Amino acid sequence: MRTSLINQIIVYAIIITGALLFVFPFIYMILTTFFLGTNTLPKPDQVFSVNINFTNYITVWNKNNFVNYFMNSVIVTSVAMVGSLLLGALTAYGFARFTFPGKELIFRLFLLTIFIPGVINIIPQFVIIKEMGLVNTYSGLWLVYIAGGVIGNVFFLRGFFESIPKELEESVLIDGGGNWRIFWNIYLPQSLPALGTLAIFIFQGTWEEYFLALTLIKSEALRTLPIAILMFNDKYSTNYGQVFAASVIALLPVILLYMTFQKKFVQSGYNEGGVKG
Amino acid sequence: MSSSFMSPEIRNAPHTRKSRLAIGLRQWMAVLPFVALGFIGTAVFVLYPMVRNIMISFQDFSIMPNATNAWVGFDNYLKVFQDPNDRFFIALRNTFLNVAATVPVNWFLAVFFAVLINAKFVKFKIAFRTIYYLPIVTSWIIIALLFKYLFADGDGGIINFILHKQLGIISEPISWRNHYWSAMVMIWLFHIWKTVGWGVVIYLAALQGIPKDLYEAADIDGANVMQKFWRITIPLLKPITLFVVINLINGAFGFFPQVYFITQGGPMNQTHVIPSLIYIEAFQNMKFGPASAMGVMMGLLVFILTYTQMKKSEDSACFKEDR
Repeated sequence: MRTSLINQIIVYAIIITGALLFVFPFIYMILTTFFLGTNTLPKPDQVFSVNINFTNYITVWNKNNFVNYFMNSVIVTSVAMVGSLLLGALTAYGFARFTFPGKELIFRLFLLTIFIPGVINIIPQFVIIKEMGLVNTYSGLWLVYIAGGVIGNVFFLRGFFESIPKELEESVLIDGGGNWRIFWNIYLPQSLPALGTLAIFIFQGTWEEYFLALTLIKSEALRTLPIAILMFNDKYSTNYGQVFAASVIALLPVILLYMTFQKKFVQSGYNEGGVKG
Repeated sequence: MSSSFMSPEIRNAPHTRKSRLAIGLRQWMAVLPFVALGFIGTAVFVLYPMVRNIMISFQDFSIMPNATNAWVGFDNYLKVFQDPNDRFFIALRNTFLNVAATVPVNWFLAVFFAVLINAKFVKFKIAFRTIYYLPIVTSWIIIALLFKYLFADGDGGIINFILHKQLGIISEPISWRNHYWSAMVMIWLFHIWKTVGWGVVIYLAALQGIPKDLYEAADIDGANVMQKFWRITIPLLKPITLFVVINLINGAFGFFPQVYFITQGGPMNQTHVIPSLIYIEAFQNMKFGPASAMGVMMGLLVFILTYTQMKKSEDSACFKEDR
């Protein structure tokens, strides 16, 4: 059955309008980064008449230890990502491939905690990290990021692991390999799309995490990018061009990752996986 | 190691229980190397904090070294309820308002856009999906900065500029964050704009999973577009709709960056939600006890909500089979 031309045009008009609503704020933000005035709010007609230049980007990159904060975020995020993936995959493998008494009970207990807002746990997590003497260290931050994310990541991965056919294990078993070999040689390679999707979720969640990092990290040199950007905003709030140039730089890694891999994404809820913070 | 560990209990147990216990222990020994770290981590940094949070809510708690942290019964809870500014009740009311205002809009837009993008003749489906999902992958902080800039006071803010100067819908520019209702509307728009793409993507995936021959059979029977939509699409999407609505409710219930980064609870603490109130009370006002008490009450609320939702969704089993 063919849809009439008028209906086709209406449908296109609606979804293009929708797309413009989602894209326009980004375009307006990028145009603002080309605006060089520093003391006033750029007026819309000023924003639309800017000349493309990268002055603000260069200034921001060299100002206020921006590179330092960027690298801090790279270190914090990459360790948290690898740790979370490994621990999540190991635990999910335990749930997916083994039978043991109390398994479903524990899984249910885990599930019940998944929707509890992370902010409730920030106070006791801070107290516990303080008692461990890990305030103001990345180790403290990593512990909470990685351990706090296990449940969500297991919830996400278990289903994928359970869909891996048992027959694949036989080749490993014939070669005399055990559970670890099955994990490394069968389960991890077979679920690469799921692991990749989860990796991007974790990257995004950790890269933008603000509250826990602000609570646990006290010294200026160790701060991560989100904190640095808000501080920068407080300090130079009228310098919109520079604030948004810094923001665009911070957004870029996540958006590039997403654009590159989005065709391979597997579906899940936005509450699952990643970091709870 | 495993045999010496399990032997005492097994020797004393009656025969049948002994073998079941032995099997159970053997199974645990096999799985433990894989799950031990995850279980310990979860216990220390997720489950124990919940217990600890309850403890702190009954203490006069201070993070100063050598603080006595005396037990004070329900004092912290009383403090929360006796707050002369009623901040907790205002935050609670706002939480329900947030759910009521954003969930229906978010859900409708998600189905609406997904069905249109999924229409047979639409080209560049993946491009549309990517654009609609873009706000989801960006950071709350940066989008909040961006929204504060778009909604800036006076005609310099693009939203005021469009509504006032271009369209003339409003008679004067709005100071969005200075009034309760305009601040709430701004928070809702921020939330909907940021999250609607998630629902669109979930529904798009679900729509593609509906077998084509159902529609072909309906075509043969002479069904029109609306009949096909109401008789095939909507019923088959029911489990997904449940999943989406549950997630949307929980998302709206858990507003935090939405409020914290846009209004900080202002004007006059009117737009607070419980998480933003907890964070500010604990880490700006250093009142850990009352903050924990609010956390316990919010946790109970969410627990009840989640538990009833999980019970309801068990029949449709959408949490297991739709992935």
